[in-house]
Amino acid sequence: MMVEGHYYYPGCTMKEKGSDYEKSAMKVMEQLGEPLVEMEDWYCCGAVQSLSEDDIMHQIAPIRTLLMAQEAGEDEVVTLCDMCYNVLKQASERMKEKEDDLETMNEFLDEDPDYEGGVEIYHLFHILKEKKGEIEENVEEPLEDLVVAPYYGCMLLRPDHVAIDNTEDPEIMESFLKLLGVELIENEKRTECCGSYHTVNRSDIVEKRVEDIVGYAAREGADMIVLSCPLCHFNLDYHQRATEFEIPVLYITELMALAFGLDIEMEHHSIDPTSLLEEKGIKE
Amino acid sequence: MMKIKKLMRDIELLEKVEELSEQSPNACIQCGTCSAGCPFVDEMDVLPERIFKYIVLDEVEKVLENNTMWICAACYTCSVRCPRDIDIARIMEGVRQIILRADIDNVDVDEVDNIEELPQLAVVGCFRKETG
Repeated sequence: MMVEGHYYYPGCTMKEKGSDYEKSAMKVMEQLGEPLVEMEDWYCCGAVQSLSEDDIMHQIAPIRTLLMAQEAGEDEVVTLCDMCYNVLKQASERMKEKEDDLETMNEFLDEDPDYEGGVEIYHLFHILKEKKGEIEENVEEPLEDLVVAPYYGCMLLRPDHVAIDNTEDPEIMESFLKLLGVELIENEKRTECCGSYHTVNRSDIVEKRVEDIVGYAAREGADMIVLSCPLCHFNLDYHQRATEFEIPVLYITELMALAFGLDIEMEHHSIDPTSLLEEKGIKE
Repeated sequence: MMKIKKLMRDIELLEKVEELSEQSPNACIQCGTCSAGCPFVDEMDVLPERIFKYIVLDEVEKVLENNTMWICAACYTCSVRCPRDIDIARIMEGVRQIILRADIDNVDVDEVDNIEELPQLAVVGCFRKETG
């Protein structure tokens, strides 16, 4: 029995620190007539892909999730989180390419039905790409007075076999933002790593990355940075406190919801975007 | 300290890295494209392409006692740019795994003091990459 809408895998962060992303995405996708329907059950994907040849153990969690989709009669799973997208996609591709690994996996999961390798992983952007007309139609008032720095980070673009766009010169996010009426800076830093999980034990490294990435956006005149990865969001938002900058960082669905005139909560922002949004006449 | 000394004495480095990563450090032509594009290179004790050379030359200490593989955050920038199509992120993972599998962690879970402030995927990601 297939769900009416997109079969949605949230991942851990969407339920807590990234909940602003999930809530705004739910509203935006409903508005676009492409609702996200959360999977009945799911496991943490592991956040980072295990890259060792012999390490099949760390593929089990993502594959169990795909298996649950298969058993629910779904052949597509959609993520919002860039890291979940990357991990699930790499795991899914590995099972397609390496028959031995798939066999080992199914032998291990001997109490479950076999995973057949047919579940495809998509990211929010894949769906939005097909809905550009609807996005444009739903914009209540174009956000013409707003200068935005688009930022991709790593996980939607690399490695190249899971990339959703050109790894060096992507434009998919810009194509959505243009529909909202914003002015874009040409962000040379948009595909550079934010420092990732070093935020746990080497925040000094992340602070240098943030200084570089946010500093560039600031010098180019950006009012805000827009992205879709909850780890990039945390790093670029939280760690700006170590820099001289104070530029709000928004998820793309937050900005889209605001352009659509939808009411959203913005709870997990170290740099409160409210005054900027009020100044620009976007939020009262 | 004993564990790392024992590991360095026993390990067949090139063979093990090739086995774990399915990549060959021998293919590296020392062009430095990986270092030139690496956003973390300033933090590394040794440049990535030198690590590959040391693996080939069996300079075990220079590979395992420098911080290069821990600074690599698997952002794959080098992997997509390498003109020899070496998936460098996999080599770095292989080196990390050699150490982690000798029961030597790079992060002490008890020492992370602001864990409640951190997003879940950062914590899971860090512990997956830096503990065995």
